[in-house]
Amino acid sequence: MTDATTDTGSNRMLGGTATEKTIHTTTSITTVRNTSGAHIELRDVNKVYADQSVAAVENFSMNVEPGELIMFVGPSGCGKTTTMKMINRIIEPTSGTITIDGRDVLSLNPNELRRHIGYVIQQIGLFPHMSIAENIAVVPKLLGWSKEKTRNRVDELLSVVQLDPREFADRYPKQLSGGQQQRVGVARALAADPPVMLMDEPFGATDPITREKLQLEFLRLQESIGKTIIFVTHDFDEAVRLGDRIAVLSEKSKIEQFDTPENILASPANAYVASFIGRGAALKRLGLITVGDAELGRASDARGDASVDEGDSLRDALDLLMLTGLPAIAVTATGGRTVASISVAQVSAALGAGAAALDAPAAGERS
Amino acid sequence: MTLAVVLESDTTAALVDPQARRARFWSPRRVATPIVVAVVLLALYLWVANMTLDSIMQRTLNWDYILLRTREHLVLTFVASALVAVLAIPAGIVASRTRSRVLRGAILTIANIGQATPAIGFIILLAIIWQIGFQTALIALVAYSFLPVLRNTMVGLSQIDAHVTESARGMGMTPNQVLLRIELPLAVPVILAGLRTSLVFCVGVATVATFINAGGLGDMIVNGLKLQRFPVLIAGAVIVSCIALLIDWLASIAEDVLRPKGV
Repeated sequence: MTDATTDTGSNRMLGGTATEKTIHTTTSITTVRNTSGAHIELRDVNKVYADQSVAAVENFSMNVEPGELIMFVGPSGCGKTTTMKMINRIIEPTSGTITIDGRDVLSLNPNELRRHIGYVIQQIGLFPHMSIAENIAVVPKLLGWSKEKTRNRVDELLSVVQLDPREFADRYPKQLSGGQQQRVGVARALAADPPVMLMDEPFGATDPITREKLQLEFLRLQESIGKTIIFVTHDFDEAVRLGDRIAVLSEKSKIEQFDTPENILASPANAYVASFIGRGAALKRLGLITVGDAELGRASDARGDASVDEGDSLRDALDLLMLTGLPAIAVTATGGRTVASISVAQVSAALGAGAAALDAPAAGERS
Repeated sequence: MTLAVVLESDTTAALVDPQARRARFWSPRRVATPIVVAVVLLALYLWVANMTLDSIMQRTLNWDYILLRTREHLVLTFVASALVAVLAIPAGIVASRTRSRVLRGAILTIANIGQATPAIGFIILLAIIWQIGFQTALIALVAYSFLPVLRNTMVGLSQIDAHVTESARGMGMTPNQVLLRIELPLAVPVILAGLRTSLVFCVGVATVATFINAGGLGDMIVNGLKLQRFPVLIAGAVIVSCIALLIDWLASIAEDVLRPKGV
């Protein structure tokens, strides 16, 4: 099936520099890591509300590479949401420039601009009087897509977010659970295949189990669609789990540190960032390193029946080591064959090696 | 491993039972209203039919006269309500959109005065300074029943979840598209409730049209009073009441039918 998204490139206002095409089928998305996202640059962006003397956002500058998933983390009221909303001009910046793929956002028609930027908010904001299919079709309709193209796209997107189109297309939002509604929210934002997505605590209102599930699905989705995403959250663990890079923000949206989750965990730039990471930074880092990346022992050292997969995180390995009390457990490759073993010392060494390797460039960047 | 476990625990959504919806539609009140109206009208008919009518009563208590007055009454009611809808809904949109407190205050004050002024006083004053007849009665009715629709339009628009309008804006709808595709459809139930109130107001207040020679069932009531023919008075009053009940009943059905699905 040739698909609705493949020909959106021509009428796309933003993100014309896509180097690889996303290929969707109705059942799955098959793509290599692509960059259908756009490059975003914010320069000296300020926001001062008329009735307030202090700025909500002060001199915010940031460069986001195409296809990057950037997390804005910070306490409530630090201006992270305001900063994000200036990108699609839901909030107009007071000064500064914002460009998407080199085009000045402030010079574009705001409504036209927003049709090419996916937007997901915590409260989802599905239109209660429209069916799920109609909700997803809103932006395609605004863009004047044909009925057939829109319908195909709706079915495809529902499948992408793991909702059966036959079952869900004609339902109304209130007939869906919170998690299902949130998925529809993501599908709706993806409808016109926008190169940029803005997400404001999209999983904030869901229970922990649903949230973890949505996060995993979302990561898989992003791996295949490669949008440039600005994702606002106050949950540092969520930021670590999802982000390519994390911007830790304080008052007035000041960037305290902007780096990969690994680097931030290994070497927080200052006390503020450290306090935001909280306790257990080493454990959080273990969650980001896979067993295969660690220095492993011989397969013959493994004791007991417990085993971890090469693709599992070191955190899983440590968990199992603690649980079993064994000196070393087996590491299996795909297929279940034992290829190596791992011990607590090796887990610990991976952390140290990682820290040492990351320290040099991180320190250089900061000075 | 953890992934599979998490993926399986899908929460199923509560579905709205169609049977429950039908039960809500055919509530006891909805079934009872037309039955009560039919019984009352039949009783009235039997009572009048078994009565010896003098010539004065005969002039009023006949089908031609009653149907003519009823028609006048209904025309007045519906034209006035239609005008209210056409005028008060846009006024409500303007009042809820405008940032100017003065404008919003002015619209609300005028509508409040319209309702607070006794209809009979207003209609007679208007007749003195302008003219008697249908048009004057119409204006008085519109002034009197303007407020419920105006107020409900404002309430209906203001109670919409701000996140819904924010996401509409975030998806690139123009302010007009947000209003027409999102806000107004969602405000429909509340606006219709206001129109329903206005309609019922109109049925009642249209009886005073008789004082400025604009017809309606008020003629029967006033004639019955003035000429001391109580069957005429009672027939007029009962018919007006039944019309009010029936219109309220029809409006309640319209509310259910026109309410957007999914709301």
